[in-house]
Amino acid sequence: MINKLVLANLGHRPVRTILSVLAIAVEVTMILTLVGVSYGTLDGTARRARGVGADIMIRPPGSSILGLSTAPMTEALVGLVARQPHVAIATGTVIQPLSGFDSITGLDLDPFSKMSGGFHFLQGGPFQTDQDMIADEYYAREKQLHVGDKLQMIAHGWRVAGVFESGKLARICVRLPVLQELTGNPHHLSQIYVKADSPDHIQELLSGLRQKLPGYPIYTMEEFTSLLSINSVGLLRNFIGVVIGVAVIVGFIVVFMAMYTAVLERTREIGILKAVGASSSFILSLLFRETLLLSILGTVTGILLTYVTQWLMQHAAPASLTQETVYSWWPIAGDIAIAGALLGAIVPGIKAARQEATEALSYE
Amino acid sequence: MSEAPMIEVRDLNKTYRAGDIDVHALQGANLEIAKGEFVSIAGASGSGKSTLFNILGALTPPTSGTVKIDGKDLAGLSNSERTLLRRNTVGFVFQKYNLLPTLSAEDNIRIVQYIGHRATAFDPEFREVLNILGIADRMQHKPRALSGGQQQRVAIARAIVNGPAILLADEPTGNLDSQNSTAVLNLLSDLNRRLGQTILMITHDQEAASYASRAIHMRDGRIV
Ligand SMILES: Nc1ncnc2c1ncn2[C@@H]1O[C@H](COP(=O)(O)OP(=O)(O)OP(=O)(O)O)[C@@H](O)[C@H]1O
Ligand SMILES: [Mg+2]
Repeated sequence: MINKLVLANLGHRPVRTILSVLAIAVEVTMILTLVGVSYGTLDGTARRARGVGADIMIRPPGSSILGLSTAPMTEALVGLVARQPHVAIATGTVIQPLSGFDSITGLDLDPFSKMSGGFHFLQGGPFQTDQDMIADEYYAREKQLHVGDKLQMIAHGWRVAGVFESGKLARICVRLPVLQELTGNPHHLSQIYVKADSPDHIQELLSGLRQKLPGYPIYTMEEFTSLLSINSVGLLRNFIGVVIGVAVIVGFIVVFMAMYTAVLERTREIGILKAVGASSSFILSLLFRETLLLSILGTVTGILLTYVTQWLMQHAAPASLTQETVYSWWPIAGDIAIAGALLGAIVPGIKAARQEATEALSYE
Repeated sequence: MSEAPMIEVRDLNKTYRAGDIDVHALQGANLEIAKGEFVSIAGASGSGKSTLFNILGALTPPTSGTVKIDGKDLAGLSNSERTLLRRNTVGFVFQKYNLLPTLSAEDNIRIVQYIGHRATAFDPEFREVLNILGIADRMQHKPRALSGGQQQRVAIARAIVNGPAILLADEPTGNLDSQNSTAVLNLLSDLNRRLGQTILMITHDQEAASYASRAIHMRDGRIV
């Protein structure tokens, strides 16, 4: 019976109900999309990192795991590393961030191809000149690039020499020395990839390298990819925290407004209920049920909306953002929405429960 | 009478503040109603009849004076005891009906059963009451879709569904034609006679007042 009244009340003001549900839905979508993009992007990075074919990665001292910083490591290290026992191939790359999530990689085509098993070109082929660049299929599709196209990047004119199948960490590649020159870091590297002569020797090689290069972050690719999880990336974790905070505040305000106006507008109804013997807790439970229903509907709508953002992301920016559906976050986002909404219902609820019976009935 | 009165009002005052002026709605009203009485109350508009009802039903507190319902002083009751009084002891037919606009007529009655922790179903006897009131076929309508007289009869059904010991009916026939008035008045007499309900009925109508066993008059916030 009380639920019937809840439904009747929500149905009585359909626009307010729909707007409240939508606002809570946007809140949930906001959280889920951010989480999905974080997971998706990191997973994509991890997958492409494995595609390099390396066993070990050496980063410059003091660099963070995802930092696409400059190139503070000297090229001479590659030779040194290559001479270590059990090293099959060692090769360095330079990564230069572009706008957004994109970056450009300078690499030595020969050793890099040997290590990774080679690029598989869908169009064209490897770069032949200092002006040539190659791009992966997603980047090419997003920017509508074809072999022979000309474009400007980091104040340099490039020609697309080939489009390769994605999965080699880099999305846009050029010759190593060219990028080193352009970024003002001749003979310096962002990272060195190392392949061991046999999987059995990886651990041995790792400890050998750590001894040889103290202060350098050295990971196995296994470690590197497992470090690419949300919880290991402090900045992302904080960012998600901030977004969740904003979402809770939005949900709180929306529900506060909706319930506050509902209570004001229903002064008379609340008075009637009290006059026929409803207790304050009955009135409270009425409002909280309404809020709960709004937030559940909002959560479901929000989850459905994430499929829309996923589709948009896939079709609008396939290279830079991938959004995964992170099921484990559905209940979390739902709980967050419900908590914010219930918080928002507290003050209007107390106002309603305190209201005197006839004060409301003589309201006219 | 040896029994304590069902309703006992002593020196009751109620002053409303409307902006800067005080409105003295009740000025020293005294009243005793025995259990099982059927009393009609008449008086000019503004003489304080509805105000008296609101205080008797614990809907609003008096400015001064005492009200005892079934021997219990209202002033001494806690909030939740007042809630229980409204829920279990007093049935109210409001002058302005006061139905919940979002619920059907039937659900307006059921919600009162629900709040009173009764089974939310109509027994055959109550269905007969709805027939007598002539609203049995209007139960699925929202108040908006009912005429004033139909709303009034739904409000009456709502007030009696839980069988309260005291029924406060504020002009229950105010909007009814003579046929429906007679039906309502017969119903109230029957409840009074058969179940011994104490009934107070505000009415301006001589004919309606004749159903009561006692008639009292109010003037300027007093019982005369
Ligand atoms: N909530 C209120 N605020 C201010 N004044 C009020 C309020 N309720 C009633 N009054 C005033 O108190 C006086 C008595 O009102 P009440 O409603 O008790 O009269 P009544 O006898 O029921 O009249 P009627 O026959 O028209 O229903 C009136 O002067 C009215 O204006
Ligand atoms: Mg009145």
